[in-house]
Amino acid sequence: MTTHYLVLSALLFVIGGVGVLVRRNAIVVFMCVELMLNACNLAFVTFARQNGNLDGQVIAFFVMIVAAAEVVIGLAIIVTIFRTRRSASVDDVNLLKY
Amino acid sequence: MTSQVPDLWPPSAQEVVFLLLGVVALGSALLVVTTRQLVHAALWLVVCFGALAGGYLVLTAEFVAWVQVLIYVGAIVVLLLFGIMLTRAPIGRSAGLDSGNRVTAATVAVGTAAVLVTVVVQGFATAYTPLEPGGGAAATLGASIFRSWVLPFEALSVLLLAALIGAIVLSRTDIRPANPAADAGGPAAPTTPPHPPDPAPPPADGSGATAGETGSGRVSRDGG
Repeated sequence: MTTHYLVLSALLFVIGGVGVLVRRNAIVVFMCVELMLNACNLAFVTFARQNGNLDGQVIAFFVMIVAAAEVVIGLAIIVTIFRTRRSASVDDVNLLKY
Repeated sequence: MTSQVPDLWPPSAQEVVFLLLGVVALGSALLVVTTRQLVHAALWLVVCFGALAGGYLVLTAEFVAWVQVLIYVGAIVVLLLFGIMLTRAPIGRSAGLDSGNRVTAATVAVGTAAVLVTVVVQGFATAYTPLEPGGGAAATLGASIFRSWVLPFEALSVLLLAALIGAIVLSRTDIRPANPAADAGGPAAPTTPPHPPDPAPPPADGSGATAGETGSGRVSRDGG
């Protein structure tokens, strides 16, 4: 049972990683990062059940809060970049300064 | 909690439900990565998060499951959809969504999947957790947070406040550093140099930049 959950978590993490590497739109890259964070959350909750305490669930809760903050800041940055560059593609933002 | 693995066949109801949820989560995650329509990617993400919330429920983590539904499905996906709309992304089917490094991505994916699955299967092959209800209810989890996790909880509240202020500062357009003429509108730019002494004596320190910008905007609006 634990192994099933961990294998599902690993496969979700890999799918999210492929999305981060392959997709070009910055918002879809964000979605794939969220997918990877969810895979980690699933592993945390599984380990919490395995060890019989609640610490993994608390960590998963904290990870969700950090993910919410990250999405807020990331979308603000993407919208700002779109306002100046008229593009949301990660390939167009390859310079730190111009 | 670790005990010997009981018979895998016939599977219990928990395992059947988990397998269905896992298939749904994997399929919708694959569709998030491979679909050609951006809005559909966000909607498949909702399906994936819902299936994971069901998985948390099977793991008796009720509070985490409901927080998953509230935060991820209710807030984060809505924010992502707002982002898609605000950046005027192509709504329909669109080409050119993938970059050219598919071979690298496939190599990394196969390597990571092989390592992770091998380690997990070898390390936890005999681990079996008998599930009993009521482990992760809100009362017990809240007691755990406010007894032994208070300091990270407070630090996260400060983090959320910082993210809120940062998002406001990043997305406001009337806060600009020194040179307002860089992205000012075309006809208003030549009229700005003679006028800034007119409305008010500009302050000497750094706040003069924003005051000068709003002042010039008002002057050009009056003139036009």
